[in-house]
Amino acid sequence: MGNPLETVGRTVLKQVQMMGHMAIFLGSTGLWAVLPPLKFRRIVSQIHFIGVKSSSIILLTAAFSGMVLGLQGYYTLRKFGSEALLGPAVGLSLIRELGPVMAALMVAARAGSASAAEIGIMRITEQIDAMEAMAVDPVKYLVVPKVVAGLISVPLLTAIFDVVGIFGGYLVGVKMLGVGAGTYFSEMRNMVELSDIQGGFLKSLSFGLIVTWVCTYKGFYAGYGAEGVGKATTEAVVLSSVLVLVWNYFMTAVLF
Amino acid sequence: MIQLIDLRKSFEQQQVLKGVNLTIPKGQVTAIIGRSGGGKSVLLKHLIGLMRPDSGQVLVDGTDLAQLRGKALDLVREKFGVLFQGCALFDSLTVFDNVAFPLREKTQLSEGEIAKRTMQRLEAVGLADMPHKYPAELSGGMKKRAALARALVRDPQIILFDEPTTGLDPILLHSVHRLILDAHKRFGFTAVVVSHEIPEIFDIAQTVAMLHNGVIVEHDSPEVIMTSANPIIRQFITGASNGQTGPE
Repeated sequence: MGNPLETVGRTVLKQVQMMGHMAIFLGSTGLWAVLPPLKFRRIVSQIHFIGVKSSSIILLTAAFSGMVLGLQGYYTLRKFGSEALLGPAVGLSLIRELGPVMAALMVAARAGSASAAEIGIMRITEQIDAMEAMAVDPVKYLVVPKVVAGLISVPLLTAIFDVVGIFGGYLVGVKMLGVGAGTYFSEMRNMVELSDIQGGFLKSLSFGLIVTWVCTYKGFYAGYGAEGVGKATTEAVVLSSVLVLVWNYFMTAVLF
Repeated sequence: MIQLIDLRKSFEQQQVLKGVNLTIPKGQVTAIIGRSGGGKSVLLKHLIGLMRPDSGQVLVDGTDLAQLRGKALDLVREKFGVLFQGCALFDSLTVFDNVAFPLREKTQLSEGEIAKRTMQRLEAVGLADMPHKYPAELSGGMKKRAALARALVRDPQIILFDEPTTGLDPILLHSVHRLILDAHKRFGFTAVVVSHEIPEIFDIAQTVAMLHNGVIVEHDSPEVIMTSANPIIRQFITGASNGQTGPE
């Protein structure tokens, strides 16, 4: 056992170093993203992988999130005789918070982990070295398309999550518990403002960046062997999920 | 010509290269031999700028690779082809797309011209009948061939081979060596082959350098190396477990 102060210092230094490294990685990704040629076909392929292939899990989680919101919201609001506000409660919860956060977490779990593992395996099997040896920049070829696709896909998935979640709440609140359909939607229309939707959109955009940036970074610098890739994948999902939740708090504090 | 001058590299506490000095002549096959884990692959990665030395120079036609970054480094890298130890074929691409990859990414050639050149290289390595297979569907020898075709596709001036025959049976080993020799005769590139296949490597190399304990202990023709009195080389060639270097 070394000096505890030394251990703390070493850990802090390591974390600061990693943060700096991640910032440089993001800067490099941003630079390559604006430098031609644009890898249009790879971006489309990644939108398919991150966006289209995540849509079924988004539909499923959105429906049940909306339904549970409808259920809990109804029982809570009934205590105050405000069942009529179920629509706005479900709508605002989803549009401001749950939609962007849940969509980002689902993308991190499905596409983020797969991206980290894919790039990690390419790292340990020297495929990334091979790319560099061919004078092809691996950040441009592998990372930029995923990050751009994340920026496009996550807001779209969030929009799907919001709409499906609202209908999930409608199903429970209106069809099962007897809130009026007109009340559900008209109150929602009255209370949900454009700024709520814009805030949710900005959140999802930043979450798309966080998830793809963290997951590609972890894969890109994966350690040796299967254990290294496994560790990188776990860290990618955990760190991106934590960052999404922490960043969500700060965005909420600033936006709403 | 490639020149390594007093090349040093450490990983944390472990010093892997302790002042490597080596001249790799143009147009010849140079073998770098040495024990497993002795830093041969690290040395090879310095030749193409995949690793940066702590100190020393890597001169490729007079340009110090260790000082280059970005596009300037890419320009030098375009002189190279590399056959990695594990082949490093892109597993999500077919054999054809793997071989065509450098042409698609680094040239302005039309798709027709790319297809023509790719098929020529696949024919040269005997894989013309399986361009649509994925790397996972190929045997070890076929993967080596596909990786060699990819390394050759841009007609590089220098090709680096990182243990090209590791893990292959004796027949495939000779077949890959024959392939390297044939390709060298046909395309005339400078070849650097990292290997510990003794004595087979002496059949294809024109010069041999022995890397031991982070330095080049001898660099000469295969004939001289084979008859060297240096006890480290003698032990390596004969494979004796008791000698200067010990079993591990």
